[in-house]
Amino acid sequence: MNLTLKVWRQKDGKAKGELVTYQIKDVSPDSSFLEMLDMLNENLVNEGKDPAAFDHDCREGICGMCSLYINGEAHGPGRLITTCQLHMRSFKDGETIYIEPFRAAAFPVIKDLVVDRSAFDRIQQAGGYVSVNTSGNTQDANSLPIPKDDADKAFDAATCIGCGACVATCKNSSAMLFVAAKVSQFALLPQGKVEAKRRVLNMVKQMDEEGFGNCTNTGACEVECPKGISLENIARMNREYFSAAITSEE
Amino acid sequence: MALSGFFLLFFLLQHLTINFISVISVDGFNATSHFMGTNPIVQIALQPVLAFGVIFHLMMGMRLELQNRASRPIKYAMNKPAENSSWMSRNMIITGIMIFLFLGMHFYDFWIPELNVKYLQGDMSGLIDPMNPDSGMRYWEELHHKFHDPIRTGLYVLSFVFLGLHLMHGFQSAFQSVGFNHRKYTPTIKKLSNIYAIVVPLGFILVAVYHFMTQS
Ligand code: HEM
Ligand code: SF4
Ligand code: FES
Repeated sequence: MNLTLKVWRQKDGKAKGELVTYQIKDVSPDSSFLEMLDMLNENLVNEGKDPAAFDHDCREGICGMCSLYINGEAHGPGRLITTCQLHMRSFKDGETIYIEPFRAAAFPVIKDLVVDRSAFDRIQQAGGYVSVNTSGNTQDANSLPIPKDDADKAFDAATCIGCGACVATCKNSSAMLFVAAKVSQFALLPQGKVEAKRRVLNMVKQMDEEGFGNCTNTGACEVECPKGISLENIARMNREYFSAAITSEE
Repeated sequence: MALSGFFLLFFLLQHLTINFISVISVDGFNATSHFMGTNPIVQIALQPVLAFGVIFHLMMGMRLELQNRASRPIKYAMNKPAENSSWMSRNMIITGIMIFLFLGMHFYDFWIPELNVKYLQGDMSGLIDPMNPDSGMRYWEELHHKFHDPIRTGLYVLSFVFLGLHLMHGFQSAFQSVGFNHRKYTPTIKKLSNIYAIVVPLGFILVAVYHFMTQS
């Protein structure tokens, strides 16, 4: 396949940045999108130019590192996949492909296509954990009976890989789906109930401080999320938040 | 947003009911209008609540929109929002502002003349000629006359199309906002949302068209 790529190039966080057009030839339809970008970078290096920086790690859809807004959609066309799981057969020969970084005030560009998603880390640090004493006498998890439905829902929420596609997709750059998944995975389980109130209040507070926008229920995040995290989680977080805000003493 | 939205949804039903009375019965409409316009509970207790509800909804909507715009300073060069969300959900501010403009026209048409008659002229009688008790009530006549003008009727109809679009997203969205999302009930709420968003604005449109068509 021969393709025209329009790639966002930006020297560093302060530089202005622009879309640069590249031609790329003989791309295998069986290669992954990231392999295609590897090819592009090899060509650039051979020409003595600066390769385009992009994020990736596992290349098998589990780490959430790869990002990219491809042809107007987070992680490109296709559902329930990350960019590393996207293959070139999803495109037509001769097609022009736009490759942009995830855009949000809370996700500043570091270089080219790489954005800083540490806002998510700070939200997690604000409450996305269960305080368990790990001094060697940890209780066996199976000693607490948990209804299968709750366990399944908690597990579904826990499959969120923190990729940020929900933010990138949302017209408001809202992080509600991510935060809702992280709140829900604990709120549904007895282990998480202990710190539930403080967790949801602190995580939502941190989310707002990071400059993410507000949810207006367009549902775009759910469609583009590689893990199919459901909007039910956002409703659950809203419930958790209201009841915590009313009953919390803080 | 959701609480004021729910409140407005409820108000709309009440307003539509009174409008329908204008189609069914001239006397009934006159009596209801007179009651609504002069009853102290409605005027002093309920009217400010409604005004607050509308203004709160408007101000919060504007604030929401401004914050959300600021959260993405650099736009995408290529974006395909239609792949993952509805036009209605993405353009609440546009349909909302169209409703707001309509409210301006609506107040100019009905509320300002009403204030003039009742408070500036001090005529609380509700009669066409306050000096003549046999002249009949004025409300239905005034309403009917407003829809004499095809342009006004057209604008009125168009406004309710925008309202319908606003509610098609808004109705079901308000449930999600207050945390109500249930596998068993949410599909029904979404259906109800579409029904409400079509039937209620259509009701307003039909009343307007009825008055326009029956002009003598
Ligand atoms: C004064 C004119 C109005 C403006 C400027 C306005 C604006 C807005 C905005 C910006 C939103 C939130 C955006 C979103 O959820 O995507 C919204 C939501 C909503 N609006 Fe309005 N609106 C107006 C009038 C109305 C009226 C007359 C009704 C109902 C009769 C209504 C019902 C709703 C509902 C139910 C929601 C959803 C609330 C939620 O999801 O939490 N709006 N409006
Ligand atoms: S909710 Fe989905 S889109 Fe958002 S960060 Fe988690 S996995 Fe990514
Ligand atoms: S590189 Fe790990 S999810 Fe794509």
